[in-house]
Amino acid sequence: MANDKLASGSRLDEATGTQTVGHEWDGIEELDTPMPRWWLWAFYATIVWGIAYVIAYPAWPMIDRATEGVLGWSSRGQLATEIAEQDKARAATVAALADMPIEKLPDDPALMRAAVAGGRAAFKVNCVQCHGAGAAGSIGYPNLNDDDWLWGGNLKEIEYTIIHGTRQPGGKDTHTSLMPAFGRDQMLTDGQISAVADHVLSLSGRAKPNATGAQIFADNCAACHGADGKGDRQFGAPNLADAIWLYGGSKAQVVQQISNARLGVMPAWGGRLDPVTIKMLAAYVHSLGGGEAFAATAAAPGETAAAQAGAVPQEAGDVRP
Amino acid sequence: MSGPDPLSVLAADAAALRASSRKQRTPPPPPENEPQLYEKRRGVYPQKVQGPFRRFKWLVMFVTLGIYYITPWIRWDRGPYAPDQAVLVDLAHRRFYMFGIEIWPHEFYFVAGMLIMAGIGLFLVTSAVGRAWCGYSCPQTVWTDLFQHVDRLIDGDRNAQIRLANGPWTAEKIAKRAIKWTIYLVISFWTGGAWIMYFADAPTLTRDFWAGDAAPVAYATVAILTATTFTLGGFMREQVCIYMCPWPRIQTAMLDEKSLIVTYKDWRGEPRGSVKKAAKDPGAFGDCIDCNQCVAVCPTGIDIREGPQIGCITCALCIDACDRVMGEIGRPRGLIDYATLDDCKREAAGETPRPAWKTLLRPRTIVYFLAWCGIGLGLLFLLGARTRTDISVAPDRNPPFMLLSDGSVRNAYTIKLRNMESRPRDMAITIDGVRGAMMWTDEMDRADAARSLTLTVPADATQPLRLYVVAPRDTPAQAITFAVRSLDERGERDSGETRFEAPEVNP
Ligand code: SF4
Ligand code: SF4
Repeated sequence: MANDKLASGSRLDEATGTQTVGHEWDGIEELDTPMPRWWLWAFYATIVWGIAYVIAYPAWPMIDRATEGVLGWSSRGQLATEIAEQDKARAATVAALADMPIEKLPDDPALMRAAVAGGRAAFKVNCVQCHGAGAAGSIGYPNLNDDDWLWGGNLKEIEYTIIHGTRQPGGKDTHTSLMPAFGRDQMLTDGQISAVADHVLSLSGRAKPNATGAQIFADNCAACHGADGKGDRQFGAPNLADAIWLYGGSKAQVVQQISNARLGVMPAWGGRLDPVTIKMLAAYVHSLGGGEAFAATAAAPGETAAAQAGAVPQEAGDVRP
Repeated sequence: MSGPDPLSVLAADAAALRASSRKQRTPPPPPENEPQLYEKRRGVYPQKVQGPFRRFKWLVMFVTLGIYYITPWIRWDRGPYAPDQAVLVDLAHRRFYMFGIEIWPHEFYFVAGMLIMAGIGLFLVTSAVGRAWCGYSCPQTVWTDLFQHVDRLIDGDRNAQIRLANGPWTAEKIAKRAIKWTIYLVISFWTGGAWIMYFADAPTLTRDFWAGDAAPVAYATVAILTATTFTLGGFMREQVCIYMCPWPRIQTAMLDEKSLIVTYKDWRGEPRGSVKKAAKDPGAFGDCIDCNQCVAVCPTGIDIREGPQIGCITCALCIDACDRVMGEIGRPRGLIDYATLDDCKREAAGETPRPAWKTLLRPRTIVYFLAWCGIGLGLLFLLGARTRTDISVAPDRNPPFMLLSDGSVRNAYTIKLRNMESRPRDMAITIDGVRGAMMWTDEMDRADAARSLTLTVPADATQPLRLYVVAPRDTPAQAITFAVRSLDERGERDSGETRFEAPEVNP
């Protein structure tokens, strides 16, 4: 640097033999101590590095995209690679799940755990819209955590319900049943409906017994809900004698349902999700705390009970003390 | 602190000394005062020296390097469920083993406590004996020292080294450089290689490393540490201390006029004059005969006679060098010596310096020492009192509770049972509170629900547990406690409290 570039106050410091920078702050001056030369080289190295980086990686913003960099790296590409790796890592589990009939799943705890984990993820995407993030449902949408099932609560039955859905137009295997709208269609009078509602509530001790209501129930409702109101899973007829109410358990809500019968629908996921995902969903729903062992459903729909009779001892053995 | 500000004392002394000595040493500034923006490194070729401080440095070097290279190979039997390496930082499993002590991530405060002790220990040492860390045990110092011995082994002592460095690239120079740098590289590689042994089972990792089966991060770590050791220890050396390390800056703030530092006693040494001159004109000269031995041996290449300065790492080698010279010419030792600035002033005024214990035992060092001991004792107490059983409870929040068909209320909890012993242990977990509540896990049948469950938690592991608790119809929301007890001779206990939620009105 030439002499004329020196700040005006610059002087040679006596004690150190170093030039000062020429500024002075309240009597304090700063030495212009020279940098070590390697520092300069380190600085040049960072410049070279910076240039190399700009060439190698996406860097300059252009009008609609950035320069691509000769290495072809992109965060999206990296994500795709990582997803592909994950898929590869999962492939063995997915294949094992595909081969495993769902009845046998509880025999393989490791695979079961994997299925539950996968099901939890799939549930968040496909099911929470109706059943809620915690699978607790809401009025009209069944709670999947409890021990009350409309169409059956063992793995096989849950899987069936997911595949075929309920009341899907045109689906020949879909769960179907119909509850008449006793009020709207004027099959019962308001007084009769009120009486039968009292009877229904009395089954779980929520109202006093009502003889008139009991008679109306026996004539109109028992065919599906059973003489004792315990429901029938063959028709998805809810158990009316327990503490769980699909459409609400106050008298007004029960009257409302008898008068205007709402009928829940659920998509048939068989056409939308692959069989492995459905198995995983079934495993997850089953794991929420209310899942039934196969033995417990022996009294449920005739043909499935017969089909599973052979599996009963095995399942019973899996129940841990 | 009372009295003059120690910094200004240091600065004033240094300035006075420099001013006196610079006149002969520094070449006159360029005629036009043209400032140099960048300074070429002046080579440092420290001369071999012998003496008590040098011997102490050897000792420290052997001990520190020995600890560094050997520790990972010490075995320590912990039974079949834990590694048998005495000191191991198991990052993958998040455990830190140190002989009989095993630390889990949630006990990291032990490590934090030890780091704080190390920090206060450094304060203590610095306020008492100055930059002893820099002079003897800093890795930069130890490895630089080691590499300088290699220099002497291959190139010869100071003069030969200077000659070689300034000489042309003859075949001999090329050969010597190649050998020397190869030795540097081997030492550096060994240094990097030893480092990774702390993070995995040393014998296995060594085998895997040479077989090419070790994790990429192992090779990367070795490569980086080899490179840093090679450049920092082989070439950067005192530049690290002078320009890169923050510690010398911190020291400046920590030293006071009562700290021991390496000082040149200018009142005794000045004016300098050779033995011959002194013999001719007795009384006109001080004790320093200007033999430049102290400068020749200095590993950072400075002249301590210019006064205390940031480049001095207080390795005390100049004391050894000067003491030899004084011995040879029959003058008392200690022209350069460990002394406090206070003592220097006293001695200069003809008083006797204070005894060493008074220098070491003063309020500042005692406070540091007590703080250090306090933290140490606290950690020891915690170590003795810690239990190896732990429970944590997280209630399900969505849904917060569940009505079952018989009207009973079910809550779900995720429980984590920690068994921090290296053996499987049976533990009993019991519900405290909530009348009539029963629990079962998702691996059990509800029919077997009970108020107390016994299960085996694997060795050195956290066992997650999904627990359902069901309480009879109409149970109100309330607090619930899960108590765990280890079913062994230790009978350790812990408990986790949380809420049992229920519908507000149970119609
Ligand atoms: S100045 Fe820094 S690198 Fe140099 S010896 Fe001291 S602590 Fe070590
Ligand atoms: S001046 Fe002396 S004590 Fe300081 S670094 Fe040099 S030789 Fe070591």
